[in-house]
Amino acid sequence: MSEHIIDFLGVYKEYDGVEVLSNINLYIRQNEFLTLLGPSGCGKTTLLRIIAGFEEPTRGDVHLFGESIKGLPPYKRRVNTVFQKYALFPHLNVFDNIAFGLKIKKMDKTAIKKKVDDMLRLVGLSGYGDRDIAKLSGGQQQRVAIARALVNEPEVLLLDEPLGALDLKFRQEMQLELKRMQKSLGITFVYVTHDQEEALTMSDAIAVMNDGVIQQLGPPEQIYNEPRNSFVADFIGESNIIRGIMKRDYFVHFADNDFVCLDRGFNENEPVQVVVRPEDINITKNITDDMITGTVSSTLFMGVHYEIRVQGDNGFEWLVHSTDFYDVGDRVGFTLEPDDIHVMEVSQYDKMRTDDAAAGASQ
Amino acid sequence: MKNRQISGVINSRKVFALPYVAWIAIFTVAPLILILLYAFTDTGSGGVMILTAENLARAFSPLYMTVFWRSVLMALIATAVCLLLGYPVAYMLSRMKQSRAAILSILFILPMWMNFLLRTYAWRALLDNAGIINQGLMALGIEPVQFLYTEGAIIFGLVYNFLPFMILPIYSVFQKMDTSCIQAAQDLGANKWQTFWRVTLPLSKGGIVSGVTMVFMPAMTTFVITRLLGGSHFMMYGDLIEMEFLLMSEWNFGSALAVVMLILTILFMWLMRKYDKEGEGGALL
Repeated sequence: MSEHIIDFLGVYKEYDGVEVLSNINLYIRQNEFLTLLGPSGCGKTTLLRIIAGFEEPTRGDVHLFGESIKGLPPYKRRVNTVFQKYALFPHLNVFDNIAFGLKIKKMDKTAIKKKVDDMLRLVGLSGYGDRDIAKLSGGQQQRVAIARALVNEPEVLLLDEPLGALDLKFRQEMQLELKRMQKSLGITFVYVTHDQEEALTMSDAIAVMNDGVIQQLGPPEQIYNEPRNSFVADFIGESNIIRGIMKRDYFVHFADNDFVCLDRGFNENEPVQVVVRPEDINITKNITDDMITGTVSSTLFMGVHYEIRVQGDNGFEWLVHSTDFYDVGDRVGFTLEPDDIHVMEVSQYDKMRTDDAAAGASQ
Repeated sequence: MKNRQISGVINSRKVFALPYVAWIAIFTVAPLILILLYAFTDTGSGGVMILTAENLARAFSPLYMTVFWRSVLMALIATAVCLLLGYPVAYMLSRMKQSRAAILSILFILPMWMNFLLRTYAWRALLDNAGIINQGLMALGIEPVQFLYTEGAIIFGLVYNFLPFMILPIYSVFQKMDTSCIQAAQDLGANKWQTFWRVTLPLSKGGIVSGVTMVFMPAMTTFVITRLLGGSHFMMYGDLIEMEFLLMSEWNFGSALAVVMLILTILFMWLMRKYDKEGEGGALL
């Protein structure tokens, strides 16, 4: 398949004895849009800064094109970064900001002019060359930051929450634009974000991180549909996470019921966790005998759908998304189809929190 | 109408500025007017004031301009030395842990807690031909060195007294400086030197402008320090003005000299402002 452009080989990072990255083994393919996704403090930015060269791993090695880049200073690496708060040079205008890297390389003036003008066109800022950085809007500064990095034709572009400071509408526009640029330029993007929707929209692959560990690596659909543990399930979209028992292949018991599912390969009677996405639940007032039943305890209008909480008769509180309105106190019921049910191993992460989960499930 | 205006001023927060405005009017603007008045007049026979440009013409004569240019030169050298010494120190301080930087900056400021005359007399005792330093040299079998009453002694005195004024504004700019800009430069391929020349230095320009202003202006106008360390051979402009007022009682001519100094001050401020477009040092001017 495609060549690996970056390999993390057993990378650990510690600050003052506190481990922020733990045994990271990750490869990034050429021309891939990889997103490091996780809550703040999960180590995603540290990982990015190790690629850029601003941090060195405490243990382990990082390869770029199969060669170790350990100890190589940032200015010798063929990667460029789009910083979180853009980090544009306030003493230079738009043109000189973008031309910075090229001038360092002592490229000749006419070539610089042409490349910068091309880049300004690419990010939709033609004619803005003479502008003062301080006089640009947040979105325009963002574009300058991207242009300043891309003009150097890096092998890898690193983006550290680049859209965090923009408002929603603009962010969505920029997401599409970034994706378009990545495809047309054929550059590998490593993108850091805590926004799961952003990650799902843009990425070829997502690495979900928590507590300095990569929890799951895979394409967006896989991450969403087959979360490997409850952290991933919970972080990517909303979900009902229920403790259960895998009785045998394709047969799982949870919420006081037996269900047919699509999962196999677990031990007999292995404790598992079951994920049911709220939008997969087909809720109805026409209750029949084979349904899980409950009473609506709250309803919130979310725009596209209603977010409904159903207090199940068997004790579990279900989160349901529906385009139909149900009032508090309504008696409702639903069934679960085999492909609505995703069975996960109880992971290390979950074991540490079994008490919480047990308490939650028995409410 | 008028009443309402007055009550408007009193009711608004502007009222808090009134003491300062009064202070400025009485102690800055009024003396300035007096200096201008004295500079352009002379006392004729029978104590009559007459308008004249003679004082000013005399102030611009070669004899006094020599002193003027010497002062400019000395102040410039002292400022340059302060910048060369102070800039790296400020950079170092800003990269240190907050607690250590605080202790070190107190060390730099500590001498300022003492009266400058006392400090200068102390230096005289140290630098004297029979002073501690020369005694030490003689003990080592080295010929005593003439420290006092040289141009070097004046510059030393100026640097010693005004160095903190160079360090502090540059330090404060470094502290506020966005380190991500420096990382961005490295990320874009600039090595340490290129990063310094293309990013760090331009971004600290505001601090340099403030520092240069805060050292050059007092160094140019200073007196006593220069006389104590430099003696009468190297009279500085501040000493000259002091002498005209106190020794010669030539208030009109002294005022004319002060006006020349004022012109230089205004020119210098204008120049500095031009170099600091962002106005970071503007607050200090």
